[in-house]
Amino acid sequence: MRAIPDGFLIPDFGGASQAPAAAASTDGAPTAYAGPRKMALICSKGNLDMAYPGLILGNAAAGEGIETHIFFTFWGLDIINKKTNDKLKFTMLGNTAMHMAELGYLRPGLEHVSMPQAMGQLPGMTAIATRMMKKQMADLDIPDVPEFLDLLQAAGVHMYACRLSFDMMKLLEADLHPGVEGVISAADFIEISAGAQTIFI
Amino acid sequence: MPINTIDGHTFTVNDEGFLTDRAGGSEDLAAILADLIGIDDLTEQHWAPLRFMRTDSATTGVTPTLRRMQTVGGFDIKELFLLFPGKPAKKLAYLAGLPKPVGCV
Repeated sequence: MRAIPDGFLIPDFGGASQAPAAAASTDGAPTAYAGPRKMALICSKGNLDMAYPGLILGNAAAGEGIETHIFFTFWGLDIINKKTNDKLKFTMLGNTAMHMAELGYLRPGLEHVSMPQAMGQLPGMTAIATRMMKKQMADLDIPDVPEFLDLLQAAGVHMYACRLSFDMMKLLEADLHPGVEGVISAADFIEISAGAQTIFI
Repeated sequence: MPINTIDGHTFTVNDEGFLTDRAGGSEDLAAILADLIGIDDLTEQHWAPLRFMRTDSATTGVTPTLRRMQTVGGFDIKELFLLFPGKPAKKLAYLAGLPKPVGCV
């Protein structure tokens, strides 16, 4: 590797993935974590719209050269369970931020109006909303959930299933996506995520 | 804008260091820059995704993301991570003489 010449401006390809060095403590008190940057994501929800944030952030972190761990717990296990992860659903219910860009073509401004909650209870509405969200994602070339897990695995993201929820839901290890490295306890994950920036979703 | 000079190549870069003029990128320059970012030898395996990146962005106008490298270019993500370790998308864009990709996935 050649040294970078003086005055040569080069993008940061490594330094940024390091946590800033903690200021040396003068009184012998423990200093902040100063190792390489690390991220830990906890995915606890199994709705389609709640599956994506963790997957997208995990993929972005890996692409930035950051050591990334994802812990799937409770309903989040549906994301890594091969029996369910291609059938995650999106519901309008309980989501007051439900807008449809297409309604703006009917009348300008309508695209910003929150849809009535009662609509979400109509039979078939969840299926329609799910189909629509999947299409919108596919239009942006965002992979579906099973394929996203393949992507994360290829990018070197470490994935784990939560032991307690796994037992509670009576899952089988054979049903887990092959990228999942193991079924681990909460304490194991706390150890693994030492020094990581942790995000709960 | 800052101007970088190396081995007779002179090119402008943005405030992050990415090349601003797509015409400024060349294979000769890519080999020099690769050496600066820790890729000692650009093999044919490196050149294939780099060339795809340039031809693809010439038609779309934006730098392809890793996902697009996979779906449209047919490259293996795992291999790209091995070839361009750390930040593959940014390293690829840099060597291809393109802006960094802006897509999320």
